Amino acid sequence: MALRRFKADLHVHTCLSPCSCLDMSPREVVSAALQNGMDLIGVCDHNSAENVLAVKKAGSRNGLIVLGGMEVTSSEEAHLLVFFDDDDDLLEFQKFIYQHLAGKNDGHSFGLQVIADDEDGVSGFCDRLLIGATSLPAEAIVAQARAAKGASLVVAAHVDREAFSIIGQLGFIPESLVLDALEISANTDVADAKKRFPDCANYPVLTGSDAHTPGDIGRRYTCFTLEDGTVAEIKKALTGRDGRKAEC
Amino acid sequence: MKLRDLVAEFGLTVKTGAGHLDNEVTGGYVSDLLSDVLAHAEDGNLWVTLHIHHNIVAVAAHTSLAGIVLIQGRVPDQDTIAKAEEEGIPIMVSDLSAFELVGRLYKAGIRGAEAL
Repeated sequence: MALRRFKADLHVHTCLSPCSCLDMSPREVVSAALQNGMDLIGVCDHNSAENVLAVKKAGSRNGLIVLGGMEVTSSEEAHLLVFFDDDDDLLEFQKFIYQHLAGKNDGHSFGLQVIADDEDGVSGFCDRLLIGATSLPAEAIVAQARAAKGASLVVAAHVDREAFSIIGQLGFIPESLVLDALEISANTDVADAKKRFPDCANYPVLTGSDAHTPGDIGRRYTCFTLEDGTVAEIKKALTGRDGRKAEC
Repeated sequence: MKLRDLVAEFGLTVKTGAGHLDNEVTGGYVSDLLSDVLAHAEDGNLWVTLHIHHNIVAVAAHTSLAGIVLIQGRVPDQDTIAKAEEEGIPIMVSDLSAFELVGRLYKAGIRGAEAL
């Protein structure tokens, strides 16, 4: 198979995230991503993957590649984006996260957590406290992701932000933490982030939108050169193997 | 003790929720981890933090806190201010460090839970 370029926004929320706009339904996410020129998106709601399969279905009908993932909050309140190629790996991972996530959502304070199907029907509401932090240190989250049968991708989210970033919460990235990449948010220029955060020199970097509204999808993206849009290929691109590339 | 009394005594700058300064302060809590505040702060507590992200407002509303004091002259994000006004959560700012401010609050009679 030939290598080709994929515009990828790996950080997209859906209406399942309490802080997200209710318009972020599976079909709307897919159509906004395509409209904004994306070839691939990563779906990562806070501490849950309950809308991933619906977005994947809606994506496959319309020619958008969708990676299934989650934005996990560690006990240090650092956000990690975790993706899997295999849906069973993701669902197993979700089970593990749920076992370590306490509390019930309060829709008034934190927002609704809508579970939708691929036709945008509401199939239910997640009543877990998705905005909360798990009791898992970042290292335990990475270890669990690596224990999956298939490929996993772990990215420290928006490391340039003060709140909920691993650098903001821990000061620097512990050497023992095996991350595939650091994500720089839409607020910061990549070159500036590299200057401000020395850790950015030690890891591959990518950019994503952290979209909570349809219009924000693809406002920042990473251009990958891959054979196909999978976690395994993206991991190769991040380390520059076999002609794969990641540019942002 | 009311928030209003603390604002006057410690020269706090009121950023939001000026209409809620009659909130009764039942005690104090200091933490920069939102999950910890959710788990351990109590109704009517005054929360001392350096966190300026808008999630502090949701945490304060959910936990029915009397108000939030940001330390070291920290400036709340614009969306934090908007959300706090909407929810009626007082956010005040002190130029002091957390250690110094909490010491003075304690001296003024504000107490925390002894064990959690």
